[in-house]
Amino acid sequence: MATVYVDNRPYTMDDRQNLLYGCLSLKMNLPYFCWHPALGSVGACRQCAVKQYKDENDQGGKIVMACMTPAAEGTRISIEDPEAVAFRRAVIEGLMLNHPHDCPVCDEGGECHLQDMTVMTGHDYRRYRFEKRTFRNQYLGPLLNHEMNRCIQCYRCVRYYREYCGGGDLHAFSINHTVYFGRDKDGVLENEFAGNLAEVCPTGVFTDRTAKQHYTRKWDLQMAPSLCVHCGVGCGTTVAERYGSVRRIVNRYNSEVNGYFLCDRGRYGYEFADSERRIREARGNIELLKAARGGSAIGIGSPRASLESNFALRRLVGPERFYAGMAPREARLLALILEILRGPARTPSLREIEESDAVLMLGEDLTNSAPRMALSVRQSVRQKTLAGAERLRIPRWMDHAVREFAQSDHGPLFIASAGATRLDDIATRTFRGAPRDLARLGFAVAHVLDARAPAPHEIPDGASEIAGALKEAARPVVIAGATLGSSSILRAAANIAWARPGTGLAFVVPEANSMGLALMGAPALGAAMQADGDTLIVLENDLYRRAPAEEVDRFLARFRHIVALDSLGNATTQKAELVLPAATFAEGSGTFISSEGRAQRAFRVLAPPAPIQDSWRWLANWGGLDEGIAEIAAALPQLAAITRAAPGEEFRIAGQKIPREPHRYSGRTAMLAQISVHEPKPPADPDAPLSFSMEGSPDPPPAAVTPFFWTPGWNSYQAVNKFQEEIAGPLRGGVPGVRLFEPVEGAREFFAEIPQPFEPREGEWLVVPIPHIFGSEELSRESPAIAELAPPAYVAVNRAAADQFGPEAEMLGRRVPVRVASELPDGVAAIPAGIPPFEGLELPLRTPIRRAS
Amino acid sequence: MFSLLETIWRVFLHAFHKRVTIQYPDQKPYLAPRWRGRIILSRDPDGGERCVACYLCAIACPVDCIALQATEDDTGRRYPAFFRINFSRCIFCGYCEDACPTYAIQLTPDFEMGEYRRPNLVYEKEDLLINGPGKYPGYNFWRVAGVKIGGKDKGEAQNEGRPVDLHTLLP
Amino acid sequence: MTSPYPFAAIFGVLIVALTIAAGLIWLERRLLALFQDRYGPNRAGPFGLLQVLADMIKIFLKEDWIPPFADRTVFVLAPAVIVVAVLLSFAVLPIAPGIIVSDLNIGLLWVLAMSSLGVYSIVLGGWASDNKYSLLGAMRASAQMLSYEVFMGLSLMGVVLLAGSFDLVHIVEAQRHLWFVIPQFLGFVLFLIAGLAETRRIPFDLPEAESELIAGFHSEYSGMKFGMFFVGEYLGVVLISSLITVLFFGGWLGPLLPPLLWFFIKMFAFICFFILVRASLPRPRFDQLMAWAWKIMLPLALANLMVTGAVVLAWGK
Repeated sequence: MATVYVDNRPYTMDDRQNLLYGCLSLKMNLPYFCWHPALGSVGACRQCAVKQYKDENDQGGKIVMACMTPAAEGTRISIEDPEAVAFRRAVIEGLMLNHPHDCPVCDEGGECHLQDMTVMTGHDYRRYRFEKRTFRNQYLGPLLNHEMNRCIQCYRCVRYYREYCGGGDLHAFSINHTVYFGRDKDGVLENEFAGNLAEVCPTGVFTDRTAKQHYTRKWDLQMAPSLCVHCGVGCGTTVAERYGSVRRIVNRYNSEVNGYFLCDRGRYGYEFADSERRIREARGNIELLKAARGGSAIGIGSPRASLESNFALRRLVGPERFYAGMAPREARLLALILEILRGPARTPSLREIEESDAVLMLGEDLTNSAPRMALSVRQSVRQKTLAGAERLRIPRWMDHAVREFAQSDHGPLFIASAGATRLDDIATRTFRGAPRDLARLGFAVAHVLDARAPAPHEIPDGASEIAGALKEAARPVVIAGATLGSSSILRAAANIAWARPGTGLAFVVPEANSMGLALMGAPALGAAMQADGDTLIVLENDLYRRAPAEEVDRFLARFRHIVALDSLGNATTQKAELVLPAATFAEGSGTFISSEGRAQRAFRVLAPPAPIQDSWRWLANWGGLDEGIAEIAAALPQLAAITRAAPGEEFRIAGQKIPREPHRYSGRTAMLAQISVHEPKPPADPDAPLSFSMEGSPDPPPAAVTPFFWTPGWNSYQAVNKFQEEIAGPLRGGVPGVRLFEPVEGAREFFAEIPQPFEPREGEWLVVPIPHIFGSEELSRESPAIAELAPPAYVAVNRAAADQFGPEAEMLGRRVPVRVASELPDGVAAIPAGIPPFEGLELPLRTPIRRAS
Repeated sequence: MFSLLETIWRVFLHAFHKRVTIQYPDQKPYLAPRWRGRIILSRDPDGGERCVACYLCAIACPVDCIALQATEDDTGRRYPAFFRINFSRCIFCGYCEDACPTYAIQLTPDFEMGEYRRPNLVYEKEDLLINGPGKYPGYNFWRVAGVKIGGKDKGEAQNEGRPVDLHTLLP
Repeated sequence: MTSPYPFAAIFGVLIVALTIAAGLIWLERRLLALFQDRYGPNRAGPFGLLQVLADMIKIFLKEDWIPPFADRTVFVLAPAVIVVAVLLSFAVLPIAPGIIVSDLNIGLLWVLAMSSLGVYSIVLGGWASDNKYSLLGAMRASAQMLSYEVFMGLSLMGVVLLAGSFDLVHIVEAQRHLWFVIPQFLGFVLFLIAGLAETRRIPFDLPEAESELIAGFHSEYSGMKFGMFFVGEYLGVVLISSLITVLFFGGWLGPLLPPLLWFFIKMFAFICFFILVRASLPRPRFDQLMAWAWKIMLPLALANLMVTGAVVLAWGK
C-alpha cells in the first residue's frame, strides 16, 4: 500500500497498481477509454491525463497518463488541475471530430461510455466544421452489429478479441486516421466470446444485434439479478425486460465467477423466453395435480429447474417417489463428482482458474461445454509470463510491455481430449485419445506425482511432462467433466489432484442445476423406469433428450396420467394429459448450484401473465420463495447453506425494497394506457427483496440482489467500478452466492479402477459426443440468433475414415453428413451432443457406421 | 392607514376599466406558434416520419405519459412501431419537444381536446402524426446522421467524406 | 312593535336572508371580477345569475365525506351552529316599521350574544376534524373573535348611550334627525372593523388562510356541510351590513322611497363595500391582528365610550 496525494489530500492506494486503478478504486471520477480492468493499461487514448508533481514544492508539474504511472509511495497528482482538465477536454474533442451525429439512433445511447466521458470532461460544443471520415460496415453474424463510423480508435476491441479471447479474425486495418476494426471480409465472428465486444467497446461500434430487434434504452429496462441457465458454470446475468418481453442480457459482474465477461450462448441465448413454442396456457385438468398427493404419483425432476422446483416436486410425490431426471450414466458421474468434491481437493472458482499457473484439461472441450471456464483457462496461461515480467520489474498491469516480454510464450496448459479443442492454440501439449486412454494418461500422471497412486501397465508418453509442470506450479488446476460420459476420467482427475496436494479440481457439469439435483440424492431416470405409479409428473424435462425414444415411449405408456410442467413445448409435453406453463429464467426465481458448488439465487425480472408461474408454485403451496428455501434447508442438511445465497424477501433498505427499474424509467402512465387509462398497481413480489417499481432507496444493494449497475455520471456498464470494493475486486457487500464444498483435511484412498486401453474394432465405432456452444443446449437453441449458428447433425471421423465413408454415412438407421475431424483417434467417431436426431442417445456407445448406400 | 384607504379607492376605480377577459369560445384568443398545446409528430421535408424512436421524449416526460417502441425498416431506418401519448396525464410542459433531437415531436397551438371519456385521450401514432414538418420546415435528421438508410449511403450525409477505401495504399 | 303576523315575519326574514346569502355567491364573484377587470360568471342564465343555482346543485351533489378519524357528532353539528346562531340574530333586526320578528328591548345584546355563539361552530368544527390545520384555524378563530368581540360591544355602547335603549327599533327611531354615524363616527369605524373580523372575511380570514392552513377549520369539510359554513359566512355579512345600517345609518329612514327599499339600499351598499375590501386588502399577520385589537381598538373604543358618556352627561337633560 502506498500513500498518494491527489489534489493535496492523502489517499491509500495499492502500490502494485497504477494511478487510474487507484483513483477509480477510490470512486473518483477520472475518464478513460483504452484501459479496461480486465485488459490492463496501454496508454493509447491519452484520456486519463493527470498532473504529477515532484514534491509539495513543485508548482509546475507535468502531465502524465494515470493508467501508465505506478501508484508509488509519495506520488503527488492533481486531477482538478486546470491544465489537466483542459488536456482531457481537448483529447475528447479530438476523439469526437469524426464521431457521427448518431446518438438518437445508436443502440449504445444512454449507456455509452463515450457519452459519459464527454460529459465528464465538459466538452459540450462541436467546433470542427470539416468533413467527417466515414467507413463501410461489415456483417459480423447474428449476434453483433457493426457501425464503424462511431469508432474512436481506442483499440479495446482487438485487444480484447485477439489477446484476451485468442480470436484471430478481428483486426485493425489501414493507417493514420482511417484505422478500421473489422474482419478481412464480411462474416460471422469466430470467437465464442465476441459478444462481449458490445460491452467492451466504449461506444456504439459493436452493439447487441439481438436486442436491436426489440430495442429499448437502458433507462427503460426493468432489470433483475439472474443466472445464466445454459450451462453449469453459473455466470451472473442481468436480465432486462420491457413490455412483458425479455429485451437482452448483460453481464452481471461477479469477481469469483464470470468477472466482466459472458460467453455468447449466455448473452444471446435468451430469446427462447419469447419463442413461439412457449407454453402460455394450462392444458388439461388441474385436478390431476391434486390427486397426485395421494401417493400414487412418481415425480421426475430436472437438472435445468431450480432447487426449489425440484424440491417442491419431491415434497408433492414424497422423497422415495422422486427421481432425478438425468440419464443413468450422467447421474452416476455426478454422484462420483460429489464424492470426489467431498475430499481434500478444492474446487476452484473461475477466478482461481484464471490465476492458476498450470492447467490440465482431461477430456473436455471447455469452450463448448463450459465456455466461460475456457476463457478463464486462456488467461491462466499468462501467469508464468506475468511472473517473469514482474521479475524484470514490469508491473502486470502494463499490458503491452508484459505481452512484448512474453512474446508467444505461455504457461503450461495440457489438453487431453477426444478431438481438437478451441484452446489447442495455447496448449503446451495436446493429447488425443478415446476416453479410456485419456483416463489412463491421467492415472499415469497421478502415479508420477505420487508413487502410491496406482499406475497403468505402461506410462504413456507425456505423463511425466505433465506431472513435472503440475509439481512445479504454485496453483495447479485439473479440469475434467461429465461430457465424455467416462467415470474413469473423473477418477483419474481426482487421483492427480490428490497426488499433488493443493491442486484445484474443477468439474464440468452439463446443466445449470445438475449439481443441485445431484446433491438432492434422488435416483436417476433408470430407476424411475422401473417404478410403478398411477400418475407421472415430469418437471421441466424433455425425457426424449434423456433416453432413447422407444424406451421413453414404453415408459410413458405405463402411466394412466402424465403431468408435464415446462416453459417450452417438447416431445414430452405433447404426450402429457395435463401441461402446466412454467416460468422461464425471466419469470421465475430460484436457487441454482454451479459446477463450482456455488449456490446462487436468480430473481425473476417480470411477473408473467397468468397462468404462467414458477414450477414450485404449481407444485407447492409456499407463500414465497423463502418458505421453500427454509423447507429445503431443514429437509436436506447438505443444502442448508443455500439460505445464505442471497438476502431473503424481508430484506429492506431504508424500509423499502430494491427497485428493479432505474429511477428514470419512463412511460409508466402510457405503457398500458391503450388497455386502461388507470395505471395498474405494480405486481407484488413475495419471493424477492426486489420490487417491480422505480421507487426505492438509491443506496447500493447487496451484491447478490443488485439489479443493475448505475451511478450518477456513469450510465454505461463501467458503472460497476463504483460497486466494487476495489477495481476488479469483489462487489461491495460480498461475493454473490455461497460455496457448498470446501476441501476436507486428510488424504483419500486413490482410485484404483484403471480401464484397459481402447482397442478399435473393425466395422464398429466408439461414438463420443462433441458439445457445441451453439446448439447443444436445449433452451438456447430455440433462440433465433443461436439457432442460426447451430450446426446440423453430422458424424465426425478422422481423415482416413472419412475417405472411406464419402459425404454421407449411415448410423443408427439414419443418414448423416460426414465431417472430417482429423485429430480423432482411429475407431472413434463423434456426433454433436444434444442436436436432433441424436438427442436421447446415451453416449459414448459402440455402433457400426457404414458408407451410405 | 391612508395607504389602505388609497388601495381600496384604487381597486374601486378598476370597476371602470376595460375588461381583459376574452369571451372564449365566442371570441378566439390569439395563440403564439410556440404555444404549448396538443402534441403532434411531424414529418421531414421528404415526407418521411421524423421520429427515430430515440426515447428521449419519454425519459424527459415528468409524468411518464409517453410510451413507444423502436423498430427498423429493411434499410436500417429507425422509427417507432407504436407511439402513445396519454393526454389525460400530459401536463403540456413541452420538455418532450425540448428533448427531441429531430424536431419530430412538437407542441401546437391547439388546446381544444376535451373528452367525456378518458380513454379517448390516449393518442396513438396515427392520431399524432401530421403531414408536414410543423414549425421547423428544413430539417431532416437523417441528412445529418452517419448511419446508412434507404436512399442515403455512407458518406452522403452533410459534411461527410466518401467512405474510406481500406484497400488503397495511398496515405 | 312586534309584527302582528309572527309566522309571516319569521318565514319572510328567513327566506329573504337566505336568498340574499345565496345571491351573494353570485354578487361577490361578479363584483370581484369587476374590481379585477374581468366579467365574472356571465354564462349561466341572464348575467350569470343561474350560476347560483349551478353552484347549489353542485354542492348538494358533492360527496358528503366525513373523515374516519373525525368526531362524527361534533363534526356534523358544527356547521349547523353557525347558521342557526346568525339566523337567530335576524329575529331582532328591524327591517322596516312592522317588519320584525321579535322587538326585544335588549335586541342589541341579543345580537351580540348570538354572534358570540358563532365562534363555537368554528372551534368545534376545527376540533372535530382532528387535523392539525383545522385545529390551528379553530384556535386562531377563537382568539380572533374573542378579541374583536370585546371592543365590538364597547363600540356600540356610544350608540346605546345616545339612543338610551338597547331596543333596535328605538335606536332607529332615535336617528330620525341625525344618523348616529355623525356623532359616533369612531364607533362606526370600530364596529366596521370588528364586524369584518366577526365574519372572518379578508383581510381577517386568518382562521382559514388558504396559503398557510390549506382551508383552516373547514379543511376536512365537503359537500353541504362545507356549504353551511359558506352560507353562515354570507349570512354574517348580511347581518353586519344590516346592523351598520340600523345602528349608524338610520335603518329604514329616508326620504321619498319606501322604508323597506331604503333599508335594502343601505344594506347592499355595505355588502358591496365588504366585497371591495376583500378585493383590496391583504391579510395581516396574526400577531398584528391581535396587537391591533388589544392595543389600538380596545383603548379607542373605551375612549369613545367615555367621551360620549361625558357629552351625554353634560348635555343630557
